[in-house]
Amino acid sequence: MTDTQTHQRQGAPRARSTPALAALVALALSACSAPGPGQAPGAPFDPYEATNRATHEFNKDLDRKVIRPISHGYSKAVPDDIETAISRFATNISIPRAVVNNILQGNMRGATEDSYRFIVNSTVGLAGLFDPATELGMPKATGADFGQTLHVWGVREGAYVEIPVLGPSTERDFAGIVVDIFTDPLGYVIAAPQKYYVVATKVPKRMTERTRFTETIDSVLYGSADSYAQSRSLYLQKRHFELGESGSNTYLDPYDTTYGASSEDPADVPNAQ
Amino acid sequence: MCRMPNDLTRRGLIATALAAAATAVLPRPVMALTDAQARTLVDKVVHDINAVINSGKPLSGMIKDFERIFTRYADVDIIARSTLGPASRYASPAQMRAFTEAFRGYIARKYGKRFQEFIGGRIEVKGVKRVKSWHEVISTAYLRGQSPFEVRFLVSDRSGKDLFFDMVIEGISLRLTERTEIGSMLDKHRGNIDLLIRDLRHAG
Repeated sequence: MTDTQTHQRQGAPRARSTPALAALVALALSACSAPGPGQAPGAPFDPYEATNRATHEFNKDLDRKVIRPISHGYSKAVPDDIETAISRFATNISIPRAVVNNILQGNMRGATEDSYRFIVNSTVGLAGLFDPATELGMPKATGADFGQTLHVWGVREGAYVEIPVLGPSTERDFAGIVVDIFTDPLGYVIAAPQKYYVVATKVPKRMTERTRFTETIDSVLYGSADSYAQSRSLYLQKRHFELGESGSNTYLDPYDTTYGASSEDPADVPNAQ
Repeated sequence: MCRMPNDLTRRGLIATALAAAATAVLPRPVMALTDAQARTLVDKVVHDINAVINSGKPLSGMIKDFERIFTRYADVDIIARSTLGPASRYASPAQMRAFTEAFRGYIARKYGKRFQEFIGGRIEVKGVKRVKSWHEVISTAYLRGQSPFEVRFLVSDRSGKDLFFDMVIEGISLRLTERTEIGSMLDKHRGNIDLLIRDLRHAG
């Protein structure tokens, strides 16, 4: 839902968005907080925990009252094939953004592979409603985003934050989300009213995902002892994996810390260099 | 192609070179687990899991089977102890036993339930690599209607037997995730291990 809203804000004249983008990048580079000397080695870097917890309750409430029931209704009403086609369409139109980020990261191979995937799925795959690229065994989409680009550029992760509607994030990843909205090439090639319809397909895609992974999501949000702590741990683990820094480097052998040193959780390491 | 900052790569190269040099010079430890042994263990785990997925048993049967697999091939003691974290330092041996027992059942219920989603799917072992003091066996899970995803089994022989001590799905570690969960439960009971054990017997 926010995807659409934020994309609509992008209706500002283009000339103004370039300095705005530069300002955002500068903000992203400087704003990510660094853990202070008082940061316990075992604790996740979460200085805004009180605010985050309030947002988490809001998000949970929103999920229970709106997102979950609407998503289930949507998945029930719409035939599976159409749901899949809409999700594929939404996935396909996010590829140009990934290409931009691959280039910014110097990952030319990723940029090329993503471009081929986009071309194949947009043509043979009828504007992305089908996914012949995967059927042909083409390389997986990189899914590169600006948060990842900032990571590659050496920006520190910053504090953990929970964003209204969007959910778990970090300062770096949230800055990335905002910048991605402005740098999406799609926004520059499709004219204003159509652009919003195209972007709006991200909402049903989200609803499909909410239903498909409903057991997992429900067990985290409504079945765990502390859904805030659990979401935070899962988000950070998953994100570190996507950034290619998961496990091996930060993961400690439990046999060395048999008596439970509290600092062994890689998801908890503030990872601020 | 470089997704990591250069200094990291360089550090990695130096570390690899040093490790290679060390391997060439030092005699191998007598007890060391080999890639092949780690893989054999996970092949058995995967074989048993695939058999459960395709057994057509009702859910309760699958949960029991999962508990059996978990008990046989995983180092439940170390997983339980490390999820309990610092509290394991002040737990009495009796509490530790009761906790480990409750933890085993909790894991079986919580994750065994999810086996339903695996029906009609399969797991394939793809490779194995040595990481620090353990081996990671990398496998891919193919589930119906989902893109394939990676499942890693972390295997060690430091208990005296070849057992896995963690399962990592697309970067999400079962052990670390449960560490957060058990930590939250313990916080709710203000550090009272007996109350935690009582809770755990019904959770999952």
